[in-house]
Amino acid sequence: MLLNITGLTKRYPTGDMALKGVDLAVPKGQVMALIGPSGAGKSSLIRCVNRLVEPTSGSVVLDGTELTRLGAGALRRARRRMGMIFQEYALVERLTVMENVLSGRLGYVGFWPSWFRRFPRRDVEEAFRLLHRVGLEHMVDKRADALSGGQRQRVGIVRALTQDPQLLLVDEPTASLDPKTSRQIMRLIVELCEERGLAAIINIHDVALAQQFARRIVGLRAGQIVFDGPATDLTAEVLTTIYGEEDWSQTIRAAEDEEEPEAIPA
Amino acid sequence: MPVTTAADGLPDWRRRTPRASLAVWAGWLAALALTIACFEFISNRTIWDFVWDAPTQGADLIERMFPPAWTYAGVLWKPMWDTINIATLGTVLAVVVGFPMAFLAAHNTTPSVLFVRPVMLFLIVSSRSINSLIWALILVIVFGPGMLAGILAIGLRSVGFVAKLTYEAIEEIDRSQVEAVTATGASGAQVLAWSIVPQIMPAFAGITVFRWDINIREATVLGLVGAGGIGMQLQASINTLAWPQVTMIFVLILGTVAVSEWLSARVRHAVI
Amino acid sequence: MSATLFDAAAAARGWRPPPLVASPVLRYAIYLGALAYAALAIGTIEVNWTRAAEGLDRGLRFVSGFFPPDFTSKRSDIVEGLLESLTMTVVSTVIGVALSIPVAVGGARNLAPLPIYLACRGIIALSRTFQEIIVAIVFVAMVGFGPLAGMLTLSFATIGFMAKLIAEDIEDIAEEQAEAVRATGASWFQLLAWGILPQVRPRLIGLSAYRLDINFRESAVLGLVGAGGIGDTLNTSFDRYEFDTAAAVLLIIIVIVLAAEYSSSWIRRKVQ
Repeated sequence: MLLNITGLTKRYPTGDMALKGVDLAVPKGQVMALIGPSGAGKSSLIRCVNRLVEPTSGSVVLDGTELTRLGAGALRRARRRMGMIFQEYALVERLTVMENVLSGRLGYVGFWPSWFRRFPRRDVEEAFRLLHRVGLEHMVDKRADALSGGQRQRVGIVRALTQDPQLLLVDEPTASLDPKTSRQIMRLIVELCEERGLAAIINIHDVALAQQFARRIVGLRAGQIVFDGPATDLTAEVLTTIYGEEDWSQTIRAAEDEEEPEAIPA
Repeated sequence: MPVTTAADGLPDWRRRTPRASLAVWAGWLAALALTIACFEFISNRTIWDFVWDAPTQGADLIERMFPPAWTYAGVLWKPMWDTINIATLGTVLAVVVGFPMAFLAAHNTTPSVLFVRPVMLFLIVSSRSINSLIWALILVIVFGPGMLAGILAIGLRSVGFVAKLTYEAIEEIDRSQVEAVTATGASGAQVLAWSIVPQIMPAFAGITVFRWDINIREATVLGLVGAGGIGMQLQASINTLAWPQVTMIFVLILGTVAVSEWLSARVRHAVI
Repeated sequence: MSATLFDAAAAARGWRPPPLVASPVLRYAIYLGALAYAALAIGTIEVNWTRAAEGLDRGLRFVSGFFPPDFTSKRSDIVEGLLESLTMTVVSTVIGVALSIPVAVGGARNLAPLPIYLACRGIIALSRTFQEIIVAIVFVAMVGFGPLAGMLTLSFATIGFMAKLIAEDIEDIAEEQAEAVRATGASWFQLLAWGILPQVRPRLIGLSAYRLDINFRESAVLGLVGAGGIGDTLNTSFDRYEFDTAAAVLLIIIVIVLAAEYSSSWIRRKVQ
C-alpha cells in the first residue's frame, strides 16, 4: 500500500468533528474518487494527509513514513511526494505560468536560488515538457490571472506534477469549471496518473464524473466512510446512504449516457 | 522574453532577459548609492559626538521626565478642552466647505469639466500640500495667537482631504441607481439627493470621523506656533525645561488620542 | 394575512421616513447636546478683533509677498533647507520601509504566533500614537538639532504607518494561494517569497511611494522644532517677516508635493 490511513480523526477548535476514525488504504497507481455531501469531511481528509490541516489523532503512513509525527523539515520533504490540486486552482495569480509551475520545485531548492528563480536546468526542462503535454507551452510568460478557468487548472495540475509526487491529492478539481472543461480536466488527471503510475485521491461533488473516471469510489458521510467499492457498485441505494433520500435514478443513468468519447485537446 | 533557446536547442527559461536583469541590478545599486549619498549629507550636518552621547542623554532625559508632574494636570484641562474644540470646529468647517466642493470636483457631478473642476482640483491640492502647522504659522501672523488661527488652520488643511476622498467616492458610485432615479423624471437636484447622496453618505461619514481623529492629533501640536490648545503649554514647558510637565502633557495627549481613536473606530464601524 | 382589510390611507398617514436614531428621546438629546456643544465651543474662541484688524494688514503683506516671490536673496538658505528635507525624506523612507517589513510580517495574525504578534502590534501602536512633531522634540533633545533628528523621526513614523497597512494586507491575502505553496513543501521563507510577497507587492510599492510623498510633506514642518529641513528656512523667514522668501519656500513645497503626488499615483497605477 502506498498510503495507509488508520483511525484518523479531526476535531476543529470550534468542536466540529470533521473526521471520526477514518480507515483508508490506497495502493500504488490507483485513482480513487472520494464523494460525499458538503461538510462530510472530504476536504479535511485530504488536508490531513499532507497536514495542511493537523489531524487530531490517528495515523497516516505514506510509503512507510508516518506523516503525523514528522517535524517541520521532514514534513516539507514528505510534502514533496504529495502533489495537490485545488478547487479554485490556487495559482499565485501575480506570478507567471512558468513561475507557478516551478513553484512545485520549492521543496527541492534552497531559499536564495528560488528567490532569484535559479532552478536546475532539469526542472525547467521538465516544466516545459509538462506544459507541452497539457497544451500550454505558448502561455509560459502569461500571468496566471490572465488565463481561463480550464487553463488555470491545467497549470495547477502541472505544478503538482513537477513535484514528482507519488500521490496526488485533488480537491474538487472541477467545481469551478463548465461541464465540458470538467470532463477534459478529469480525463487529463486520470491519463497523467496512468502515464506516471501515480495514485490519486480525488474529492468530487459530481457523482456522474466520479463514476466515469475513477474505478474505485469511497463515500464519506459525516466524517465516516459509508461506502468503498468499484464504481459499478454505485447504486441508488448506496447514494442514499451517502447523501440521503433523493431520486437517484436519473443521476446514475446520466452517467452511463455520457460514456461516449469526446475530443481531447492536447 | 525570458524563454530562450539554449545551446542544445531546447527551450530554457529565466525570469528576465540578461539585459533586463542587468537593469534591475543597476536600479537597486543606484537606489542604494542614492540612499548612502543622502545619509552622507545628513551625517555631515550632524555633530556625532552628541549622537554617541544620545543614550546617556536619553537616560538623563527620562530621569528628568519622571515622575510626571501630576498636579500640573489641573492647569491642563482648559487647554485640552480648547484642543478638542479646535479639532472639532475645524473639522466642521472643513466638512461644510468640502462637501459641496466634492460635488463641484467630481467628474460625474461637476457643472463644468473645463472650468469648475480644474479650479476645485487646484484648491484641493493646495489645501492638501500645506501641513496644518504651516497654515497655522501663516494664520497666526494674520489673526494673532489663539484658537481662531488653529481652527482655521485645521479647517484649511482638512478641506482638501475631505473633498478629495468624497469626490473619489462620488466618482465610484453605482451608475445604475442614478439612471433609475433619472428615469423617474427627477430634476438634477433630486437625482443628487435621492441617488448620489445616499450612496456616498456612509463613506462621507467615515471620512469625516477619520479626519476628526487625525485633527485631534494635529491640534495637540498647533500651539507650538501659537495657534492655541495644549501645544502652547507644551512649548512653554519645553522652553523652561520643565520636563516633568512635558511628560504630564504627553500622558494627557496619549489618553486623548486613544479615546478619539476608539470613538472614531466605533463610529466608523457603526456607519459602514 | 389577517382578516381585517389593509388600510392604505391610515398607513400612509402614519408613515415617516425612518429616522437615523430610532429612540426619539435619544434623538433629541443628541440634537440638544450638539447644540450645547457648539455654543460652548464657539464661546471658547476669544478673538481679539483689533489684533485681527492689524493682522489683516500683515496678511495683505504676506499675500503680496507672492507677487513676486523672492527666490534669490536667501537662495543658499533655501537650497540648504531643501536638500536637508529631500535627503531626510529619502533615507527615512528607505530605513522605515525596510524595518516595517519584518514588523508587518510579525503583526499579521495569519503568519505570526501570538507573542510576536502582540509585540509587533505594540510597536505599530506606539509609532502611530504620537504626532511626528512630538517625536521630533524628543529626538532633538537626544541627538541635537539638525536633519538627523528629522530623519529618525520620519523613519519611526514610517514604520508604524507601513507596518499597519501591510500587516492588514497580509491578513487579507487569498489564503488558498499560500496553502498551495505550502503544499509543495516550501519552507517558511519560501512561503513568504512565493505565496505572500506576490500578493502584497503592488500595495507595498504603492504605499512606499505614498509614504515618500508624506515624508516630504512632514519634513517641511519638522524644522519648526529644530529637526532640520525646509521648515527651518520657512520658520526663520516668518520670524523675520521676510514674506517674499516665505512665499517662495511655500511655492517650492507645493510644486514638489504636486510632483511627488503625481509620480506616486503614476507608480501605483503602474504596479496594479
